[in-house]
Amino acid sequence: MKFFQTKLANGLQVIAELNPSVHSVAMGFFVRTGSRDETPEVSGVSHFLEHMVFKGSDKFSADDVNRIFDEVGAKYNAATAEEGTLFYGAILPEYLPITFELFAEIMRPALREDDFNMEKKVILEEIGMYDDQPSFLAYENLMQSHFAGHPLGQSVLGTNESITALTCEQMRKYHHDRYLAGNITLAVAGNTDWEKIVELAQRHCGHWPAGEGQRVIDEARPQGGLKIITRPKSQQQHVMQMTPAPSAQSKLRFAAEILSVIVGDGSGSRLFWDIVDPGLAEAADLDFAEHDGSGAYLTYLSCEPEATEENLALIRGIYDDVNKNGIREDELELAKNKVSSRVVLRSERPMGRLSSLGGNWVSRQEYRSVDDDMQTLRSITTKDIRDLLAAYPLGMTTTVAVGPLESLKI
Amino acid sequence: MPEQVIHTHQLANGLTVVVEPMRDVQSASFSFLIPGGSAFDPVKQNGTAGILTDWITRGAGELDSRDLSNALDNLGIQRSENTGINHLSFSAASLGSNVPAALLMYADILQRPHLPEDEFEGAMSGAEQSLRAMEDEPQRKVIIELRRRCYDAPWGLPTEGCLEDLVNITPDSVRAHFQRNLRPNGAILGIAGCVDLDEVLGVVTEAFGGWATKPEPEFATAPRGERLGHIHHESTQTHIGIAYEGIEYSHPDYYKAWAAVGVLSGGMSSRLFTEVREKRGLCYSVNASLNSMKQEGRVLCYAGTTAERAQETLDVTLGELVRLGDGIESHELERCKARAKSSLIMQQESTSSRASSIARDWHFLKRVQTLDDIRRDIDLLTVESVLAYVHQHPARDFTVLTIGPNQLNVT
Repeated sequence: MKFFQTKLANGLQVIAELNPSVHSVAMGFFVRTGSRDETPEVSGVSHFLEHMVFKGSDKFSADDVNRIFDEVGAKYNAATAEEGTLFYGAILPEYLPITFELFAEIMRPALREDDFNMEKKVILEEIGMYDDQPSFLAYENLMQSHFAGHPLGQSVLGTNESITALTCEQMRKYHHDRYLAGNITLAVAGNTDWEKIVELAQRHCGHWPAGEGQRVIDEARPQGGLKIITRPKSQQQHVMQMTPAPSAQSKLRFAAEILSVIVGDGSGSRLFWDIVDPGLAEAADLDFAEHDGSGAYLTYLSCEPEATEENLALIRGIYDDVNKNGIREDELELAKNKVSSRVVLRSERPMGRLSSLGGNWVSRQEYRSVDDDMQTLRSITTKDIRDLLAAYPLGMTTTVAVGPLESLKI
Repeated sequence: MPEQVIHTHQLANGLTVVVEPMRDVQSASFSFLIPGGSAFDPVKQNGTAGILTDWITRGAGELDSRDLSNALDNLGIQRSENTGINHLSFSAASLGSNVPAALLMYADILQRPHLPEDEFEGAMSGAEQSLRAMEDEPQRKVIIELRRRCYDAPWGLPTEGCLEDLVNITPDSVRAHFQRNLRPNGAILGIAGCVDLDEVLGVVTEAFGGWATKPEPEFATAPRGERLGHIHHESTQTHIGIAYEGIEYSHPDYYKAWAAVGVLSGGMSSRLFTEVREKRGLCYSVNASLNSMKQEGRVLCYAGTTAERAQETLDVTLGELVRLGDGIESHELERCKARAKSSLIMQQESTSSRASSIARDWHFLKRVQTLDDIRRDIDLLTVESVLAYVHQHPARDFTVLTIGPNQLNVT
């Protein structure tokens, strides 16, 4: 695998990791704009705009866009989060030119009023769909509570009210301000030539307006708290908690990643053995989420309502023990074996490489090969974990509960 | 496409091993299909196979539950266990060099599990809670309940079981299920990736050659549920499930059926997405898929939409299913073919998709199709042949189940 990189005159960053022995090529435009970059009046606009991109440009209608992607058999999609908006696809190498042109073209969408009004209905349906998924509802509310007063607390989907009130003109302005070449990274992984990528980028993206989007990345100082959303007819109780963790720019993030595997992986972790394996809960896991400037440990518990407090006490006990005594060598070794296998397997597909390739560049202007990741992983020691825990102990700063319970003691 | 060589080998006890060595990958995956899925759950004990799928990994051979899990993790085995209708399936992926050692551990799990009394409660409680969690998620529940209404039992029963039957399941009844059903005859092991053929066949023969055959057990059949139904739920959206006649995987017209569903729901330019979501904005999720089993098949559709627009969504969706019989444009079929071709080629980048494909093929067809075979079959499809299939198997006599605040009219 070989890495290449350049920057167009307008500021568009182009990176590629090429590998002639795979069958496909994956490409993605990583736009550094997400819900954290929105003002309250346009809450949800980044995600709504992501949908509108697929409604086409002056050159391609919405039907054209859907048709051409299917004609080349592309596996494609888009995603919006707090940090960014990603448009990505994997195709057979011979279809890269047409797919590239299409993606590049729709990044300057026409944003037609009638398309906007139709898609607004779809967004409202998407909000309704997530409303029927308790774990999503818990996550959405937790982000808002934990990061209250910080841009990370802004909802990705927006609300029925904010989406209903949003105008096409507001979206056009947001696009004009945020989809600037200097705020976008083009990443390509898989089987193609670097010269071809540069030529396509220049031809289809060279005219994009220059400029960079501003973003405040102060570390959040969460105040914590408890929010209970009572749904009397629910069967299970869903609890999510957050506590501060290293940011995407922190050197401690590798230790945080492996700590979350040791303590809270879906199987073979401390939470698994003490809570899930004996059947005390359906799920109990710990994740690590990195953002620009801030990070969070995320705890998720799903169990019978009456067992909730007891399970939270068990989780608290595990966190206290880890904070005080750190983790054992054998646990660390096992987690390294698990994670390195995941890294290798994911990396066998260009689509699997794309997100880490683009993510490293957007967050840190850094290229990391699979070998770099493996070496870093191998070098983590129990002392690194202790250093991490001294700066960012595990905890239960902010809690959101969704289910039948009307009160909850943490 | 590069040449693909697939080796099939059968042990004397009937275990079929299908191996596809792959170049340019470091990983290898395997997929075990072991007879004893939910179709063989005893009557009023739906969920037995599901509990066994969990319980069986809680200690085997010389290792207790935790040591076994640690040993697999230390080999970097990414694993999953699932309960199917016919089989229990055990999938694993890792670096190719770790696969022989992993196969030896699965030999213990499948032939010498401890099924320890003190671990039963954990498996049972896990099953019960995940069934409860599903009650809170109508989007998942609607398809499970739809299957109950469009297939006779045991084919339509939920593979994960149901809450009212769990109380009837005991450690002894699950052990009996294990003794009666899990066997090498009818079992299939698909292996794909960076492996040495002779080495893995040697390991498999040694580890599984002594597994004794068992007679094929019977299962009880019972009629399916009501064709039209509604389950009241205080949800934001109404979740709509629709089913109609499809065909089995081994049917000579399988790819025609696949293409017909592809025109309806194969990509974002397909009819359901275009008519229901893009033109009318009625929902975020709408899809149809071909659910082909060994003896029969159905087309299963889902749409989720806020209550006040649910009737229109149902009407438009049913209308599109019926309208397929009026004609198919050649470019619609061409797009299905292009999507299939790209999927087939990309499968070669994933050892786990190849391992599960070759095992599944053997189960349904008693042979394995190469990617070239499939591409040839797809190239042969014409608008006329797909349309003729649609006319022979028209979308009608719909099974419709809705979950949400209000009942809908099915016209």
